[in-house]
Amino acid sequence: MELFAVNIIDGLVTGLLLFMLSSGLTLIFSMMGVLNFAHASFYMIGAYFGYTIALYVGFWPALIIAPLMVGLFGAFVERYGLRRVHQYGHVPELIFTFGLAILIEEIVQFIWGKNQMPFSTPEVLDFAAFSIAAFDIQAYKIFMIFISIAIFGGLLLVLTRTRVGLIIQAALSHPRTVEALGHNVPLVFMGVFGVGAGLAGVAGVIAGPVLGTFPGMAVVLGSIVFVTIVIGGLGSLWGALVASLLIGWVTTFAATYNLEMASLLTAIGLSPPDDMSESLLRDAWTLSLPQVGPILPYLLMVLVLVFRPYGLFGKRGT
Amino acid sequence: MTYFASTGTRGAAAKTDLLKTAMPWIVAAIVLMILPQVFGQSSSITIMNQMWITVVFALAYNMLLGQGGMLSFGHAVYMGLGGFFVMHLMNYIEIYDLPVPLPVLPIFGGLAGMFFAALIGLFQTRSAGTSFAMITLGVGELIAACSVIITAFFGGEEGISGDRTMGLPFFGVEFLHQDEVYYLIAFWMFISVLGMYLFSRTPLGRMANAVRDNPERAEFLGYSARWVRYGSFVASGFFCGIAGALFAVNYEILTEENLNLVTSGTILLVAFLGGVGFFAGPIVGAVLFTLLQTVMSLHTEIWALYLGALFVAVVMFFPQGLTGLIAMHAGPFKLRTMHKLAVPYCKTILPAIISILAVMFMMEVMFHVREATAGDDMMSVMGTEFSSHSPIAWILGTAVAVGGFMIARRNAPALRQSWHEANTPGGGK
Repeated sequence: MELFAVNIIDGLVTGLLLFMLSSGLTLIFSMMGVLNFAHASFYMIGAYFGYTIALYVGFWPALIIAPLMVGLFGAFVERYGLRRVHQYGHVPELIFTFGLAILIEEIVQFIWGKNQMPFSTPEVLDFAAFSIAAFDIQAYKIFMIFISIAIFGGLLLVLTRTRVGLIIQAALSHPRTVEALGHNVPLVFMGVFGVGAGLAGVAGVIAGPVLGTFPGMAVVLGSIVFVTIVIGGLGSLWGALVASLLIGWVTTFAATYNLEMASLLTAIGLSPPDDMSESLLRDAWTLSLPQVGPILPYLLMVLVLVFRPYGLFGKRGT
Repeated sequence: MTYFASTGTRGAAAKTDLLKTAMPWIVAAIVLMILPQVFGQSSSITIMNQMWITVVFALAYNMLLGQGGMLSFGHAVYMGLGGFFVMHLMNYIEIYDLPVPLPVLPIFGGLAGMFFAALIGLFQTRSAGTSFAMITLGVGELIAACSVIITAFFGGEEGISGDRTMGLPFFGVEFLHQDEVYYLIAFWMFISVLGMYLFSRTPLGRMANAVRDNPERAEFLGYSARWVRYGSFVASGFFCGIAGALFAVNYEILTEENLNLVTSGTILLVAFLGGVGFFAGPIVGAVLFTLLQTVMSLHTEIWALYLGALFVAVVMFFPQGLTGLIAMHAGPFKLRTMHKLAVPYCKTILPAIISILAVMFMMEVMFHVREATAGDDMMSVMGTEFSSHSPIAWILGTAVAVGGFMIARRNAPALRQSWHEANTPGGGK
């Protein structure tokens, strides 16, 4: 039971982190019809910027400055890269962001090298906030949960309660009409892209110390983020939230509960083969849940696609 | 009389037409046969083997991207699965002494690739565009992740390996040497390229183009866009499987790397570099990419950075790829106005190239400053030794880079003007 509670918290942290990325991605997608392959790269840049800035001015200013820089960089990419490629159609746009993701990874390796950066949590938060039975819950985790919820509260408020949010929402569905009313829609696009990149940057700064700051971090999280928004339904913010939390919990629980395939197979009346090393089915007997854990999101995605091709919350035809 | 005469000339015309169509293929076959005689070193044979495998894979990939308008991020899976299947087959042949010669194995690889493509394509080809890309990415990652877990088939982390020489000798050839393998790969490459070309001429291949350009219209004509896509997907899987089989024969080892996103992304890069709009584009891309990769990785450690930058530049400025760039010149060539372009080209492109080279030089210097052990200041570029910490190198590099860029930028409008003139009949005056 205690382990269950700990896993709930851990899964929540992972899920909210995923949501920081997937929300920006899904917002950009519903606006421009572009799936930004480089989104996880912005997350990586955020972590690296955060690390470098934290070296000079400390963690807290870095938490503000690094995402701003990443956001500016994202806006720059939209203005001078994506907008140029836009005229060729959606597939070249997707290929452009894919190329950008490769390029960013190479540039990061060029600047910071291939090794993991010693980016650590700030000392203020380096204590156990409380403990459930024998499990200490780090204060940093609680901080991560609160900061992600706070950012989303703010974002939701801006989107639904302000004039800017109104224009963004209108530009999502009727860009032409909004343009005819005298608003600068390309500027709105650039802004949304920048904010999405900035959000990814925030996620990078707060996740960098926990998940590690290394050149492969974009690839590790990148495909999971895509899986998330496909499961949630492309373009659906609520879908992104539900799918993020779902994946967060599924992977966390799978990693801690050591269910073995062998016990399941014996339970249904099968007996293990005599010579394990020769049998073609040996993998079925040695599999365990923590081993399968990393592929569960992909499996979930395939199932969703087979039974509900538009994702959990997606609308037909998006 | 006239009747006979006309059919006679028509027959002759058909014959010359056929000869004209067959000519490039005959030339290609002869070139393929002569190449190992010209470049006999084992290193160049290794490069050529890699090149031809990439050609098959890139063309098979382009059956989707270029011909069918489907952007796949998980295509390494079909090549990899074909390869794994053939590797197992090779091991079975060795264990049970089956009378199967090596040269027929690629067909089994193709069938394996086709089988998996037929299975996965069932739900994957439901849509094109962005959702197709996402689904291929997810499925690709799923299978790549599975490969580490299912050790019986994929061999886990270290992959599976085999020995190509243990099969039945094929007319006395045991495929011990690289050049023997070369001919096997070249033969299968030729057959596959021909097959893919012929596929693009079939009604299905033509419909794939129609569905790419306008799926709605194709549906109104009575074709199911989904099943046309499915057809291309399965055919592409077959040729990917052949590429995988050739990979297995050539390298005798397959790992998780053959299935993952990096391989899928690389082949996208290759196809795009050559140009997806033309049948020959991926061939050009594969040859160019393999050469670039080999030459650059010999000389610099940051070659992947250059390739990434090249890729992004191609997508941004030449989305038609290299073959598209060449095809752009068909107009001036026919109008015989190519000479008008020569001088503006030299004035703009030469400074641009010099500027790019200078930027690359600066990158190398910076990389050296950061990576080299302390005290080791000397580096060499193109045989010239100098200190990477000396301000002269930095100033010179920056000056050349900025200067070249400025000149190219200043001359660009003139180039645009002459391009316009060269493309207008009568000189555009």
